[in-house]
Amino acid sequence: MVPTSYYVLLSAILFTIGVLGVLLRRNAIVVFMSVELMLNAANLALVAFARERLAVEAQVLVFFVITVAAAEVAVGLALLVSIFRTKRTADVDEVSTLKG
Amino acid sequence: MDLILFLITAVIAITGAVAMLVSRNAVHSALFLLLNFAAISVMYLLLSAPFLFAIQLTVYAGAIMVLFLFVVMLLGAEKVEDAPDRIAWQQPLALLLGLALLVVSVVVGLGGATTPPPAGEALAQFSDPRSLGALLFTDYLLPFEVTGFILLIAVVGVVVLNQRGRKI
Repeated sequence: MVPTSYYVLLSAILFTIGVLGVLLRRNAIVVFMSVELMLNAANLALVAFARERLAVEAQVLVFFVITVAAAEVAVGLALLVSIFRTKRTADVDEVSTLKG
Repeated sequence: MDLILFLITAVIAITGAVAMLVSRNAVHSALFLLLNFAAISVMYLLLSAPFLFAIQLTVYAGAIMVLFLFVVMLLGAEKVEDAPDRIAWQQPLALLLGLALLVVSVVVGLGGATTPPPAGEALAQFSDPRSLGALLFTDYLLPFEVTGFILLIAVVGVVVLNQRGRKI
């Protein structure tokens, strides 16, 4: 049996990579993929703790997170498509209309 | 045996994530992310959560990644980062803060007292999809129905956002 701490370590590494993707990349679609990576890292930690405590409720929570993430991706990509249609770019630096 | 499987899968997952981060082409990024999702689904199997393994493969690696690839190819936004970055100090600062976050999360994550992983009869019942399904349709019935409603709202929202000839 692999200790839970190994999974938590892997989850922390994946989450950090996701944060770096959000901070470093400027392609809005890649930024969005990095957000998905962070969600997955959190899910992995949840499932690892669920196994340690034998809590099936945590698996239910992960199930809900995955479902809501699917809805979030659909709406987010629709927003990206409509931004691309008006701005002709997917670069997050170019979308600065709200900048004061 | 479990440890070897874990290490191989972890290396694949981290490789996929890093390759997604550094590849310049958004299509390649999406495919590397797919590799990462597949590796995480194997992790769920190792954590004795076979139902989540199936959900991860069908919803994430199936539906969500198809949506990503479809939008990348529809927009033709594979390479939008050819121009130099306008905020030059952002990259080193991001690396520094990312490293700090990694250190903090590792310290916090490994700080708690760890009990030895359980085994035997209790684990077999935990990994049974039937217990998850029973919980989903008894104690968590209301959240389950709310989730269905959220999916409906998402469908309506996507249609409204992508209507042509209408200002939003």
